[in-house]
Amino acid sequence: MEVGPDYAVQMHGIVKVFGSFRALDGVDLDVKKQSIHAILGENGAGKSTLMNVLYGLYQADGGDVFLNGERVSITSPTEAIKHGIGMVHQHFMLVENFTVTENIVLGEEVCSGAGVLDMAKARQEVVKIVEEYGLEVDPDALIEDITVGMQQRVEILKALYRGADTLILDEPTAVLTPQEIEQLIKIMRDLVSKGKTIIIITHKLKEIMSSADECTIIRRGRYMGTVDVSKTNETELASKMVGRHVNLSVDKGPANPGETVLSIRDLHVKDDRGIEVVKGLNLDVRAGEIVGIAGIDGNGQKEFVDAIDNLVHAEAGTIEIKGKQIQNTTPKTTIDTRVATVPSDRHRWGLVLPFTVAENAVLERHNEEQFGHGIMLDLAKVEEFTRGLIEEYDIRPEGCETHTASGLSGGNQQKVIIAREVSSEPDLLVAVQPTRGLDVGAIEFVHKALIRERDRGAAILLVSLELDEVMDVSDTIAVIHDGQIVGSFAQGTVTEEQVGLLMAGGGNE
Amino acid sequence: MLNSLLLLIGITLMYSTPLVFGSLSGVISERSGVVNIGIEGMMVVGAFTASAVSYFTGNPWLGFLMAGIAGAAIALLHAGASVTFHADQTVSGVAINLLAPGIALFFCRRLFDNAAMTPVCTTLPKLFGEGALNGTPYASLNVDVTVALGFAAALIMWFVLYKTKWGLRIRAVGEHPAAADTLGINVERTRFICVLISGMLAGFGGASVTLAIVSQFTQTAISGQGFIALAAVIFGKWKPHGAYGACLLFGLAQALTVVLGGGSIAIPSQLMAMLPYVLTIIVLVLFVGRSAAPKADGVPYLKGSR
Amino acid sequence: MKTIVKLLRKPIAASILAIVVGFIIAAIVLAAAGYAPGPSFAAMFNGMIGRPKYISNVIIKATPIILTGTAVAFAFKTGLFNIGAEGQYILGTICAVIVGVTFNLPPLLQIPLVILAGTLGGALGGAAVGWLKARFGINEVITSIMFNWISLYLCNFVVNTQTFHQPESTSTFPVNPSSYTMILPQWKLSEEGLNALSGTPWLYEVLVKTDVNIGILIAVAAAILIAVLLKRTKIGYEMRAVGLNREAAQFAGINVNRNIVTCMLISGALCGLAGALSVTGLEPHNISTLAAFENNGFNGLSVAFIAGSSPIGCIFAGLLFSGLIYGGQSVQQVMGAPSDIINIMIGTIVFLMALSQIVPMIADRLERKSKGAENA
Repeated sequence: MEVGPDYAVQMHGIVKVFGSFRALDGVDLDVKKQSIHAILGENGAGKSTLMNVLYGLYQADGGDVFLNGERVSITSPTEAIKHGIGMVHQHFMLVENFTVTENIVLGEEVCSGAGVLDMAKARQEVVKIVEEYGLEVDPDALIEDITVGMQQRVEILKALYRGADTLILDEPTAVLTPQEIEQLIKIMRDLVSKGKTIIIITHKLKEIMSSADECTIIRRGRYMGTVDVSKTNETELASKMVGRHVNLSVDKGPANPGETVLSIRDLHVKDDRGIEVVKGLNLDVRAGEIVGIAGIDGNGQKEFVDAIDNLVHAEAGTIEIKGKQIQNTTPKTTIDTRVATVPSDRHRWGLVLPFTVAENAVLERHNEEQFGHGIMLDLAKVEEFTRGLIEEYDIRPEGCETHTASGLSGGNQQKVIIAREVSSEPDLLVAVQPTRGLDVGAIEFVHKALIRERDRGAAILLVSLELDEVMDVSDTIAVIHDGQIVGSFAQGTVTEEQVGLLMAGGGNE
Repeated sequence: MLNSLLLLIGITLMYSTPLVFGSLSGVISERSGVVNIGIEGMMVVGAFTASAVSYFTGNPWLGFLMAGIAGAAIALLHAGASVTFHADQTVSGVAINLLAPGIALFFCRRLFDNAAMTPVCTTLPKLFGEGALNGTPYASLNVDVTVALGFAAALIMWFVLYKTKWGLRIRAVGEHPAAADTLGINVERTRFICVLISGMLAGFGGASVTLAIVSQFTQTAISGQGFIALAAVIFGKWKPHGAYGACLLFGLAQALTVVLGGGSIAIPSQLMAMLPYVLTIIVLVLFVGRSAAPKADGVPYLKGSR
Repeated sequence: MKTIVKLLRKPIAASILAIVVGFIIAAIVLAAAGYAPGPSFAAMFNGMIGRPKYISNVIIKATPIILTGTAVAFAFKTGLFNIGAEGQYILGTICAVIVGVTFNLPPLLQIPLVILAGTLGGALGGAAVGWLKARFGINEVITSIMFNWISLYLCNFVVNTQTFHQPESTSTFPVNPSSYTMILPQWKLSEEGLNALSGTPWLYEVLVKTDVNIGILIAVAAAILIAVLLKRTKIGYEMRAVGLNREAAQFAGINVNRNIVTCMLISGALCGLAGALSVTGLEPHNISTLAAFENNGFNGLSVAFIAGSSPIGCIFAGLLFSGLIYGGQSVQQVMGAPSDIINIMIGTIVFLMALSQIVPMIADRLERKSKGAENA
């Protein structure tokens, strides 16, 4: 591709090496001015690495970067900002206990005299951009008090405040509702019409189809080509991304629901700030069915699952497992009642990373007699047990039972957790965001494991922020909004739009 | 009555001042995300340097200044270890507490004939001049000039942290270093400088013992002030004004043991001496929540790794 | 090259490197201050192992810091920083003295009773800190430091109570002789004993001139027991899980708060045990008014760090530490160099241990270099 001023960003032959791992191996990117350009690839394909090179967070080991046809060398975020590049990271880079204004001006503060802040003037400038681009947000609010959608707008404002002409958005829709996604797409179109160029990093095909003009595909650090979005379809993009034909739907037979395993009645739970976020939730999950909870992050999902796991106190209501009340007991009681949970954050809740895989494989079960008599723990027996799981669940690398869990890839770490939770043959399996951050192959694995457990006769409660996942995998789709289940539908009897509306608090109230 | 009240205020201010410098030292370091458990050691070095320089030059102000520089020099080790090399900050701090008194005593014995203390040195003046208020009931309010310096330091730090761009950046680095980094703020440099300032303030804290409260360096001149200052940081919720208030409270508790200890009240002096420490625990139980610490406090910042 | 890389990867490599560099830096400081490093170190080692009496004293002085070191290392492995070892040690001495003075039973009952009292005293101090952390979320570092001072003044208070104060001294009465844990305390000073020992001079020197006691055996046993507890039992597994990832442990049904209290209790118990053994095993078998800390607990921190938080490592680190402190006195006597050089050396070693994660990084770099050389 020729270098020219029609292109806002051009990256040619970019190479980035971490240790012995080639994260980027000759990747090209040509982004036309005033367009929305998507970068598509699986988790770990190198999308974020490529953008971190552009933003100056990483230094490339080879290749050239051109902005508006001029060759540049960007060695720090400061330089990227100077060159008019702004980045909205997937995990927001916001200081939680700062105000919106403080976050926006940080690093480029408005000062009166020598370093003394002029926050009144800073606020005015923020209000000015807010109005110019129609990005509504309260400049005086603390970040910890505003919604995720708002936080994202603050991130965009941060870039605009610094005069960004090119905006990089890293997985911007991961945390948004369908309605918020629509709003975001509108905002992006608005920005483009006002002269900005936008690069979005994503692995979601639907959003590329509905928002992007062009799409560059990366697979395992290699450049797979750039396509005109209007001349392609989802299936083609998917197979380019994964390198083989992908079945986008989930294969499963009909559900065979049995007795009610989980029964929640009028549950009330407060969050860690003492605000009630689960407000009279009712839910039933039967053996042999998958109930998926659709909802926007922060509507009480975390807290009601924590209440099942007895990690938080339930203010009122009951949680029954096969008729036995377990609310407000201990996490151990939940486990002993044959409830297994795949937690949302595997590093935080699921694994003790410095432990070996074997030690992790028996968390929750280490007290069983088979792992040592009385108070003793027999590591040899633990490792033998783990070897069985490694084989059964194809956890790689082979013989990893003595490796620390931190050395495994994300997909294999998740396999360890699922193997552990499923191996106890639970009556109820709660899976919270079980595919977060996994590549397509691992996602397929997780979904198959859930369906296999269902067919074994377990009750499955799936909580996910990915609406597609809930729609595809669940036998029953329950929508959570503001701490209550506001609708429950058999799979196939409801559209994504209807569910989205309920998630946002609209619809039949 | 008025007399003993004024006396109490005077002694409170006297005892709280080294703690004020020490806790400000903790505030600046921890606000930038570096736990500094080595304040005690840095204070020891400051205390020694101050009194040695004052003894040799006869100029206590020079001693005070050099104490700050010596504290910063020791802090250089902590900064290098915990900021540049991402070492365990607690272990590094503990090492400072071992190393610093060793260095101070080594030089002390080398310079003063194997004695573990310096000779009596010239101290800093009183706030209103020597003997200015003598004969009036307010004589006990003619406190050491270090009291005013400590107050000024707290005021300046409050202003810097909350009213200047540097303060905004320091707080951002301590809360969310990655966010600061993406905005072009140099996290390592910010932390490095804050730890050096922390060392300087701790050095001043040591000097305000040996150049005001006592007039020479001994092995027990600094005995625990650095640790109480750490408690004041937490009690004061990592804020300079909060820490200042906490130090006043600790100073008051100590003053009470002095004022009441001499009186007719039948509390054994050893039990009175526990008061500041018991008070700290009670206060922590009653008032301190879990979440007041800077989020990235004590967490090394690693960039560029995947 | 490969063997070097392999050696550097061993956990003990960091400790050994730190100790070597500590010696080098001490040598540089000595030389800079005008003392010949060689003879200074020779004096130190002579003062450490030059005579049977010296070796015996090094071992005796290692006893409490092996225990407090193990206590700190154990707490560290379970995610807790027990800077309160000093106070828990003091509590141990206080309780041992109170019980040892009050009761006078036959040694077979008296000794376990006194030691148990000290252990319980330390355990209570530790558990209090753990409880404050578990119940109110208060950082154990701060409460530990406060408890250190409270313990110090409590010691001074007990010394000055009428029941225990020994007139015209700054100490309490010694514990009753039935509590003594020295080896053959009476026999070795009796005529018969002195006669028997005069044939073997080294034994005479060790037994008669030093307070040889059973403490070291208990200390070594405790360190081994703690190592087994951590590595080979289900409770130890839970404790390590809590230490490495509190949230994941809670998720796995482990009672995190109870674990915190238990771990601090055990850590405190070890410190209290150290205190009790000092009272029963060493002259003057009492406690005195403390003007400042005696550092039996704080030195435990250094021991634990030098040992890389390995309980077994604490045995060796404790002996080394004790040897340096004890032998360091000779540097001053023989060379006139300030014995504080030893503190500088120990401080340097601990400081380098804080940087210990650099060692595997060096190994990585060496490995890459040698691979690069092979490929080229």
